[in-house]
Amino acid sequence: MNKIISIKDLSFYYGDFEALKNINLEVEENEVLAFIGPSGCGKSTLLRILNRMSDLAENPKVKGEITFRGQNIFHMDTIELRKKVGMVFQKPNPFPMSIYDNIAYGPRMQGIKKKASLDEIVEDSLKKAAIWDEVKDKIRKNAISVSGGQQQRICIARAIAMRPEVLLMDEPTSALDPISTSKIEDLMSELKKQYTIIIVTHNMQQAARISDRTAFFLLGELIETDRTETIFNLPKNKKTEDYITGRFG
Amino acid sequence: MKYIFWLCAAITIIVITFMGAYIIVGGLPFFSHTNIVSFLLGKKWNPSGEIFGIYPMLITSIYATVGATSIGVVVGMSTAIVLVEILPLKAAKVFSAAIDLLAGIPSVIYGFWGLMVIVPIIDKFWGGKGAGSSLLAAIIILSIMILPTIIRMSEVSLKAVPKEYKEGALGLGASKFQYIFKVQIGAAKSGIMAGIVLGIGRALGETMAVILVSGNAPIIPKSLVDPVRTLTANIALEMGYASGVARQALFATGMVLFALIMLINFLLTQFIKNAERRNGNARKA
Repeated sequence: MNKIISIKDLSFYYGDFEALKNINLEVEENEVLAFIGPSGCGKSTLLRILNRMSDLAENPKVKGEITFRGQNIFHMDTIELRKKVGMVFQKPNPFPMSIYDNIAYGPRMQGIKKKASLDEIVEDSLKKAAIWDEVKDKIRKNAISVSGGQQQRICIARAIAMRPEVLLMDEPTSALDPISTSKIEDLMSELKKQYTIIIVTHNMQQAARISDRTAFFLLGELIETDRTETIFNLPKNKKTEDYITGRFG
Repeated sequence: MKYIFWLCAAITIIVITFMGAYIIVGGLPFFSHTNIVSFLLGKKWNPSGEIFGIYPMLITSIYATVGATSIGVVVGMSTAIVLVEILPLKAAKVFSAAIDLLAGIPSVIYGFWGLMVIVPIIDKFWGGKGAGSSLLAAIIILSIMILPTIIRMSEVSLKAVPKEYKEGALGLGASKFQYIFKVQIGAAKSGIMAGIVLGIGRALGETMAVILVSGNAPIIPKSLVDPVRTLTANIALEMGYASGVARQALFATGMVLFALIMLINFLLTQFIKNAERRNGNARKA
C-alpha cells in the first residue's frame, strides 16, 4: 500500500488551547480511514487541517509536518491542495443555485467552459455519487429544494467533480435520516475504489461498517490506530476499549 | 388598547391614500388643458406661455437616476464586500461609523458641498453652459447620497450568507473572490436588489441637493455638462408662485413621478422574483 498522507509530530493550537497533541499517522491510498472519539477530542480539527480549512479559524497555530504525496501541505498553495483533497461537511451545504451549477462550480473555476464537457462531468459526478437517477429530471432546479440526503449526495458529487484524490468527510450523515445514511455508506464503499476517504464519525457502528482502519482520539491525542476489526474486537489500549464498550464518551 | 394599535397601523395606509388622492385630484384637471402625450413628450416647458412639456425633466430624471445608480451600485457593493469579507472587524467598525454619518447628513448639505466643490471642479475641467452646474454634478452628488443605503443593504445580506457556503466553496479550491462573486453575491441577491431599489427611489426623489447643483434649465441635456432640471426640482422650484393651470401642471408632474417610482418598484420586484424562480423554488431549507 502507498502512503498518500503522512502526519508527523503534529500539534495544533487555537490561540493558546492545544487542540491536538503530537499526532503521528499515515493514510494509505484507497482506504477508508475513520476518526472516532468523544466530542472535543480533536478529530474534526485534524480532518480540517488536512486540507487546511483550519486556516479559517481564529489564531490557528501548527507545529509539525503533514505531507501529501511527499509535499509539505503547509508550503502548498491552499487552492491547489483543496482541489486534490476535497471535503464534505456535516451539514449539507449545496449553494443556492441549480443542481447543475453546483456540480459545475468547481470545473468552471478551473476554466472548463464548453457545455459538452461540463454536461459530461456533471452527469458523471452525479452518477458516481449515486444520485443521478433521482435528480436527472430536475437538474436545473435549485439544489436547496431537494431532501437533505439528496443534498448531501449532491455535495459529494460536487466534491467528486473536482477529481480529487482524497475525500474528507466530516460527519457526513449526522444530519440525515437512516435511509439516506445507508445510501451514503453504500456510496463510500463504492468511492474508495477511486479515492482515499477519511471520515469523522460519532457513530461507531458506522465506523465499523464502512472503514478499513480506525483511529481513536481522546482529548487531542491519538490513542490507537489499527484495522477496524481489531479496534472494535481487540483494542490494545484500555481507553479505546472503554470508549468502544460505551463506558464513557 | 387593541384599537389604538390598529389606528396607528392604519395611519400609513390613510396617509398614502390621501396623498395619492390629493395629487390626482389636483393634477387630473390639467389633462383637459394638455393631453397626456404632449405633456409627457412635449419638449418645451414655458408656464407663462402655458406650454407644458415635461419631456426634458423626465429624461433628466431618468439619466440622473440611471447614472447615479450605476456608480452607486459598483462603489456600494465593492464597499460592502470589503466590509464583510476583507477588513478586520475593528477597521470595519470605523468604516461603518463613517457610512452611518454619511446617511445622516441632510440633503441640503450635500447640495451645498456639491455647489462649492463639485460644480467648480466640473467648470474648471469641462466648462459647460451652466458653468459646472450640470447633469454630471447631479449624478455625482446623487451617487454619493445613495451609497449608504446600498452599502448597508448589501452588507447585511452578504453577512447573512451562511458560513457553510464559504466553507463549501473554499473546500472546493475556490479563491476568496471566486467565492464572493460566484456564490456569496448570488446567495445575497434579493437583499442587494432591495437595496438597489431603495437607492433608485432615493435618487429619483431627491430634490434639494439636485436643485443646488444641476443648473435647473428645463432643456434636454445633450452632454453630461449641460445644466438640467429633474421632475422633483421642477415641482419644488415653481410650486411657490404657480397658480391656475401652471399649478395643475405641477401636480401632474407629481403624478408622473409617483407612477415612475411605482413602475420601477414593480419591475424590479418582478425581476427579483423571476430570478428566484429560475433557480427553482428556493428558500425551502
